[in-house]
This record gives sequence, C-alpha cells and structure tokens, in this order.
Amino acid sequence: MAQKTVIEAIREGMDEEMARDPSVFLIGEDVGQRGGVFLASDGLYKKYGELRVIDSPLAESCIVGVAIGAAVNGMRPIAEIQFADFIAPAMNQIIEEAARFCYRTAGDFSLPMVIRAPWGGGVHGALYHSQSIEATFAHIPGLKVVAPGTPADAKGLLKAAVRDPDPVLFLEHKRTYRLVKGEVPGGDAVVPIGKAEVKREGTDLSLIAYGLMLTYCLEVAEKLAAEDISAEVLDLRTIKPIDQAAIVATAKKTGKVLVVHEDTRFAGIAAEVMAIIMEQAFDALDAPLMRLTAPDVPAMPFNHVLEQAFMPNADRILHKAKELAAY
Amino acid sequence: MATKTQEVEAKGGQSRHRSLGLSDDQALRIYEVMRLARAVDERMWLINRQGRAPFVISCQGQEGAQVGSAAALRPGQDWVAPYYRDAGVILWFGMTAKDQMLSFFARREDPNSGGRQMPGHFGSRRLHILTGGSPVATQLLHAAGIALASKQRKEDAVTAAYFGEGAASQGDCHEAMNFAGIHKLAVIFVCENNGYAISVPQSRQMAIPNLADRAAGYGFPGVVVDGNDVLACYEVTRHAVERARRGEGATLIEAKTYRFTAHSSDDDDKRYRQAEEVATWRQKDPIQRYAKYLRESATLTDPVEKDITERVDQQVDEATEYAEQAPDPTPDDLMTFVYKQGTVS
Repeated sequence: MAQKTVIEAIREGMDEEMARDPSVFLIGEDVGQRGGVFLASDGLYKKYGELRVIDSPLAESCIVGVAIGAAVNGMRPIAEIQFADFIAPAMNQIIEEAARFCYRTAGDFSLPMVIRAPWGGGVHGALYHSQSIEATFAHIPGLKVVAPGTPADAKGLLKAAVRDPDPVLFLEHKRTYRLVKGEVPGGDAVVPIGKAEVKREGTDLSLIAYGLMLTYCLEVAEKLAAEDISAEVLDLRTIKPIDQAAIVATAKKTGKVLVVHEDTRFAGIAAEVMAIIMEQAFDALDAPLMRLTAPDVPAMPFNHVLEQAFMPNADRILHKAKELAAY
Repeated sequence: MATKTQEVEAKGGQSRHRSLGLSDDQALRIYEVMRLARAVDERMWLINRQGRAPFVISCQGQEGAQVGSAAALRPGQDWVAPYYRDAGVILWFGMTAKDQMLSFFARREDPNSGGRQMPGHFGSRRLHILTGGSPVATQLLHAAGIALASKQRKEDAVTAAYFGEGAASQGDCHEAMNFAGIHKLAVIFVCENNGYAISVPQSRQMAIPNLADRAAGYGFPGVVVDGNDVLACYEVTRHAVERARRGEGATLIEAKTYRFTAHSSDDDDKRYRQAEEVATWRQKDPIQRYAKYLRESATLTDPVEKDITERVDQQVDEATEYAEQAPDPTPDDLMTFVYKQGTVS
C-alpha cells in the first residue's frame, strides 16, 4: 500500500469513480482548468473534458440546484462548494429540495448526488474560510453527512458517497488535506457510510472524534499511554447516520467518554453523542460525560492568538482526558 | 427587447391550428385538457367550501398558457418542471383527474407524494414531471440540471420550466437563466405572468413591463405572448422547442395571463383586486375564447362539445368519488422514504 495525503486520496477517488461510471461528473467553482483551489480535481478536466468537469458560475445555489436536476435525469453529480463557509446561499436547495425529494414523493424520486465541501480551521482562514457546518446539516432528515479524517477513509467514503442513492454532504477537513498521510488500499476499497471505526483500542477511557480532531486524539492517546492511561479512539467518520452501536460499545467498554469537535458547542455533535450514551449506556458510566469543543462564538478569527484560543488542540484534549481519567 | 407576438392572432385566420400543423383532433384534444383542468379545479373549490378538504390552489384562467405550451412538447420524452398552478401542464403530460383528486384529498395512493404534500405539488418520475416543493423558483435550476444531463448524454430532450412572475424575483431564477445561457441548454422558461404574487402586483415585483426583456441579459431570446390565446402559446413554444433541439439554447416565454380565483382557498383577493378587473379578465377566458375559435373554424360542433363535456364530467365525478373514499396513509407511513432505503437515525 502506498502512503498518500488526504487530497491525493480524494482526487484518486473522484478519478476512479469518473472512470468507472460515465454518469459521474464534477461541477463547482474553479474545478476545471484550475483543478480546484486545493487541487482536488487537478488533471480531471484534461482527462474527462468540459462536459464532465464543469466550471460553474460563482453561485452556490446554482451549483447545487443544477446538480439536483442532473441527478433527477440519470447523472451522479459531485458538486463542489469551494469552502464550506460559502454553502449558505445553497441551503434552500439542500434543505428544502435535495433532502426532501425522496420523502416528498414517497420514494418516487431520489437524488444520488454528492456535495463536497472543505471545512474546518487551523489554516488562518478566519471567519469565512474555517467553519464547521456538520451540526447544521446533520439536523436535516434526508441528508447524509460524512467527515473522514484519514486518506483511506476519504477515498473509500467518497466512493461510497458517489454510489449512494441519496444526497451526501462530504466534508473534507482542509487542514488534513496535506497534513495527514496514510496507507490507502489499492483497488476498489469502498468504506461504508454509517460505520464508525475504532482507530486505537484502549480500556481506560474513550475519545470520540472526527476530521482533524481524530489526528489530535490519536496523538493524545499516545501521550496518555506513556502515563499508563489506555485510551480508545473512536473515529465517527460518518456524522449522519451516526453509528450508535459503535458509540455505545466504546462507552460500555471504558465507562468514560470525552467527545471532541472543533464545531461550536451548543447543540453540536457532541451533545448528540452524549445523549445516545445516556439513553443506551448509562449504567456503564464511571464518570460524567465530557466534551471539548470550540466556544459559542461565530467562528474562528484571523489573528493567530484568537484562532488558537478557538480551536481545540492536542494539549487541551490531553488536559481534559487526564481530568476524565482521574475522575 | 423581447419579441412580441400580436401578429399571431391574425395569421392563419379561420384555420390557425391547421396552419400551425395541428390536426382537428389535436386541436380538440388541447381543448378537452383545458376543460378538464378547469373542471377538476372547480370541483375542488366546491368540495373545499363544503369543508370536505382543507386546501385548493388554482389553475383557473391560466389553462391556455399551460396546455398551449405543454402541447409543443413530447410527454414522457421531454421534461416539465411545473409550478403549483400547472394542472393543465401535468394533465397534458399524462396525469389524470384521479391523480389530482388523490392529491387533493391527500390519500395514500396519491402518486405525487403519497398524501405528504399540499395539492399542486406535482411530481412523477415516470411521466417526466419534476417534483416540486413550496419555495418558488428552485425548480428553474433543477430544469437547467435536467437539460445539462440531456446535453451530457447527447439526447434531444427539451425541458420546460414553469413559474410565476413573483418567482422571477428569486436569485435562483437569475442563476438558472444564467447557467442555461452559458451552456446553451435546451430549456424553455415559461413565465405565466398573472399580474400578482398573492397580493403584490407586478409593478412592485419589477420595474419593467415585460419580464421577457431580461432574456437579453442571459444571451437568449425573450418572447411576450398572449397567455390567454392557447394557439399563440403553442406557436411560440414550438418555435422555442425547435430552437432548443437545434442546439441553439434556451428561450424565455412570458405568457401574459390572469388568475380568476384568489391565490388559494386561504386568500381573499378582494383585499387587493377590484371586482371590475377580475370581471374584465373573465371576459378573456382562454377556454371560452378557444371554444369560440374552434366553433368559427367548424372544428367544434354541438355533438363534439357534448361528448367532451360528458367525458370531462364523468372523469371528475369518478375521480372525486374514488379519491374521497380512498384510504389515508397509516401512521407507519410517516417513517418511510426519508432515504431511498428507508429511515436512518
């Protein structure tokens, strides 16, 4: 197996799906000649031509609305929103339209489409190039929300998303694009939507995370091991549908759970994970459920001091994990 | 500036439909679908006012624009993206009075939505009728996407997207026309301009007299047509279809028309429209006007009219009787088809 970055894995995933199925096409801002602002689609325009790699006008509702129509008419679009922060103009199309086509027609219509969106901070992206949007969209029945943290999962889940019969919001943490490297299986390795994965086994406490925070939690688990604390790390990978069984299993195994995300705190994914554990594993708990999240401010500011104050990092996770271990 | 089509009225004289390539049977079929759309609608109001169903939204007055334009398309091959008044469009594309009544009574068997949506939210994959929600203008982008897929697969299907002049104020309307213009997509944008978005008149919706003038900004033709002249609507749509099939791209058709009823069964149009204005427009009823033409051209005779009336009445009676007695969804139906493979928590 080859070591690859997350961005390489995503590019390969799109390339392989486009080669496999002529109905798969890409539409978004700068995805053509430029190859995407992060180079996610580098080379695809040349390989597949302008009818399958479409430079859209600078209009997010257009990108998603056109993708919906194409999906109705037999295509499998991958719509790229250049930054997750700019998805708001498309929310009417995503929430009122894409998420409801299947339900409002009692299954007559369904939309096999992927909306890719680079999200997350730690890149000096400030208020409008750093946001986390998963909780907003995970609240909408009819959508699936995926947030891989490793190259292998990014590629495998992208393949699953392209083949899925329903609209999938595919969140790519932009700090992981080139930071996180890993083994990517060759061949057609599809990672199923809706399955979390234990990335590190442990017995004393559980760290539950996704996206960039997965990388930080794995670092923390290593540091905890040096202090004889055995931390299990569960990578959610899919936010919606969430893998309740995996969450409950790790909670029952360790009895102590810390949920970490860089999205803001109120009604965030951590709150949902904690509710699932309360409902299904209360008797197994040895400590209060804990969460480490960004604070409830609009988004992370540009200034590096403020950015670091916003983002959870390995030091803060370590501190919180030790507090949990000591309880 | 947009082309105007007053000349259509005079051209062809007594046999306008034949000069447009329509046989007498086709001309009568158009008439019958207009009559059926009106009759179903009138029955819905009756039932609503009797308290037997909660909501109606109407096509009355706009049947000429609807059936005239739809008649220029190929049902089942081409696509339509209707808006909530387009009973004439969906009947032409193969829906039935029974389908409409099942939706009106929100029955389990409603083919549009299984009783989930309000009446007027049409949709059938089989019939190439795009499903619609309640937010306006979203379907215009979907129509552009449907047409993009046709272009990608090198198919000659044309997609007609319908909307009111109020929806033209939405950003999605601009984005759809812009995209269709850039890619020369086979889309026909049909605006049924009935003068009001609920209560707001066109003068508070836009600063121009003709929406069709905006087409110039998207690089394709805009045409103003008398929406209450069904044959004129057929003619301009047919030209737009031919243009689209030649690969020359989109057309914006603005059909000037009027709705005879309030916005919906929950609206009181006396608060914003003068009775005289409504009465004046009722004199221009597209169905009566077309019937007059068909009689003058000796296409419609008393026996034919009687047959049509009998068929329409029978369909409406049977549809009403069937749908009113059809079963409701069950509480379990609440949970199905959140996703293609059922519910996911």
